[in-house]
Amino acid sequence: MTVLSIQSLSMRFDQPGGVAVQALKDVSLDLRQGELMSVLGPSGCGKTTLLNILAGFLAPTSGSVTLGGKPVTGPGAERGMVFQQGALFEWMSVRENVGFGPRMKGMPKAELREIVDHLLDTMGLKDFKEKAVYELSGGMQQRVALARCLANDPDVILMDEPLGALDALTREKMQGLVLRLWKETGKTIVLITHSVEEALLLGERLVVMAPRPGRIHREYRLPFAEMGAGQDLRGIKKHPEFARTREEILGMIWDMEEEIMGRVEAG
Amino acid sequence: MDLIRQLAGETWLVLTTVAGVIPWLILYVLLILLCYFIWRQISRLFRPRSDFGSLKTVTFGDESAVTSDFAASVMSLVLIFLLWGAFTGSKLVPSFLHAPGPFTGDGTFTYISEGPDGAMDEGNVTVRVFPFGTKAEVPVVDPGPGFAKDDALVVAAYRSELLKAQDNDEVTEDAGAKVVSVNGVAIEPEGPAVDVGFASVNMTAKGTLNVTPDKGWQMEKIWLPAPEDVWARFVEISRDGFRNSTLAEHLGYSLFRVIVGFLLGAVIGIPLGYAMGLSDWFRGWFDPIVEFMRPVPPLALIPLVIIWAGIGEVGKIVLLFLAALWIMAIAARAGVSGVRIAKVHAAYSLGASKPQILRHVIIPNSLPEIFTGARVAMGVCWGTVVAAELVAAEKGAGMMIMTASKFQNTDIVIMGIILIGGIGFSIDLLMRWAERVMVPWKGKA
Ligand SMILES: Nc1ncnc2c1ncn2[C@@H]1O[C@H](COP(=O)(O)OP(=O)(O)OP(=O)(O)O)[C@@H](O)[C@H]1O
Ligand SMILES: [Mg+2]
Repeated sequence: MTVLSIQSLSMRFDQPGGVAVQALKDVSLDLRQGELMSVLGPSGCGKTTLLNILAGFLAPTSGSVTLGGKPVTGPGAERGMVFQQGALFEWMSVRENVGFGPRMKGMPKAELREIVDHLLDTMGLKDFKEKAVYELSGGMQQRVALARCLANDPDVILMDEPLGALDALTREKMQGLVLRLWKETGKTIVLITHSVEEALLLGERLVVMAPRPGRIHREYRLPFAEMGAGQDLRGIKKHPEFARTREEILGMIWDMEEEIMGRVEAG
Repeated sequence: MDLIRQLAGETWLVLTTVAGVIPWLILYVLLILLCYFIWRQISRLFRPRSDFGSLKTVTFGDESAVTSDFAASVMSLVLIFLLWGAFTGSKLVPSFLHAPGPFTGDGTFTYISEGPDGAMDEGNVTVRVFPFGTKAEVPVVDPGPGFAKDDALVVAAYRSELLKAQDNDEVTEDAGAKVVSVNGVAIEPEGPAVDVGFASVNMTAKGTLNVTPDKGWQMEKIWLPAPEDVWARFVEISRDGFRNSTLAEHLGYSLFRVIVGFLLGAVIGIPLGYAMGLSDWFRGWFDPIVEFMRPVPPLALIPLVIIWAGIGEVGKIVLLFLAALWIMAIAARAGVSGVRIAKVHAAYSLGASKPQILRHVIIPNSLPEIFTGARVAMGVCWGTVVAAELVAAEKGAGMMIMTASKFQNTDIVIMGIILIGGIGFSIDLLMRWAERVMVPWKGKA
């Protein structure tokens, strides 16, 4: 069943006195309930723009987004966001951050407490509930951001390079966590990343975008996310199919970047 | 053209004055360095280096590694106190540190008078210099032989006195006698002064001797009173009050004006700043007003406020309100603009409504900026209230020092300045403390 439907989305940024930037052109996608989709592409190909439109922070110049049949016209609690960093409220404790969404809806205190406790326990943040967020490490902060999003129980989770600012080891652990949460909660997830490996691991579906104008270049259906939910992630990376796909996509993105550079140099 | 020539002249004057100060400045810096090296040697003996700050190897250029050295602060204040005491002859400072004081006691010099017939005779002058504020008798001297009789003179320290040397001589000035030398050095009307050891003697245009005892390096009381005099005055005024009001009343009134003016400014300014940060229309409406009023110093508004609101409390509070208003509005606007868009987006995606975002994201996020603004505004208000009281007030710290200065009560002026500085500093410490308690996340995002 399609939850999130994106129909021929185009986005043009008109700059005063400059050339208009075609950030997205004719992008169409349908996401099924519980699908995990990763989006990959060279810098500036419109990934963040796409996500912002899905979240409702931007209105597209043309095309439409519907969620469960209803058109998206602005931000809403049914579409949760996880940002790269700096989106936690540092004037609140970890507990208050995680409980923010339900609290705004007026959920009773006892129930709220239970949800937040449960989430923080499963995220391994049991001992940090009353801490200030700026006292946590970057990895912990991203776990808080994930927990905050999940506490609100959205239909779709949108993530813009959620693990981009983490070191390699923490990042790998967090990838495992995202996969586990996906399996456990059955949420529909769109995840933007710069890392090809991450895109392969965290995508049943992988969309590779191309720049200028931003468009969908290729789509893959991948088995790795399904495998990874029960297995050690490093084992999957040794899989020959994994290595082959990675090389293929790397080459594809490399070519795109080369082309951009060439165009820039040519004038 | 005239203006440019005048300004060039002024510039030259300023530059020469500055050039005169530079050696002292260098001396002061050397003293700072001397204290530093001495203190470093001492503290090495007593304190092993183990705290985190000293384990850092790169401290030069690392702002976070630079903290205020408490010992340096203490020494700097002690030095100021010592200098103050040394140049005022304070009893609180050991006398070997005192700068040379003015000459007091008796001194003598001689002069030679030349009669109209060319005859010369020598006369002795005994000068008694007494400390300012005490009384002294004219020393009794024997007139001595010759036609130039010996003289006596009393002078207060820091003052000078004309000596009618020939009034008691056998051949007076009217008879054609004139003084030709002092202590063997030739002297002429309006010529260079002669140093007689304890004083300098010069001759006026009319040929009269003028005796100026050496002033030494210490300051006269009406320029700079000694610390203990200021303290005594402080004790006296806190007991008896000043101009029909107690000291607490004077300071309390100033503080009251600042607090009320600041609070009014904050109550109006902060919402105004939020409105400007959140709405195009309000920003457009108020930007020209705020940007125009911001560079106008509150002091420039004093005359207008006095004309409109009189010299009562209302006028002063209006003035302080205006001083705080723009600062707080700009701080609140900056606080709103400084919010990371990701936080607002996150809040929207979590289902927060606009009022909830204002309450839970924008307001807390702007608190650090608002506190910074409040500290600035408090400082400006405190400075403005004192200045406003200098112009017109019946009570207040500024009125106190202004009135005192009219009667040359320098000790009250200095006491007032120290109190004003101390209170201003305390206000800032209080605000910093409140900031630490209420905005613990400041600078940690
Ligand atoms: N607000 C804006 N105004 C003008 N141009 C914009 C704006 N936002 C994005 N763009 C342009 O749209 C294009 C796509 O930007 P976007 O941020 O979506 O890229 P991205 O794929 O997320 O890049 P990255 O991987 O570097 O994050 C870029 O060329 C960018 O310059
Ligand atoms: Mg991006």
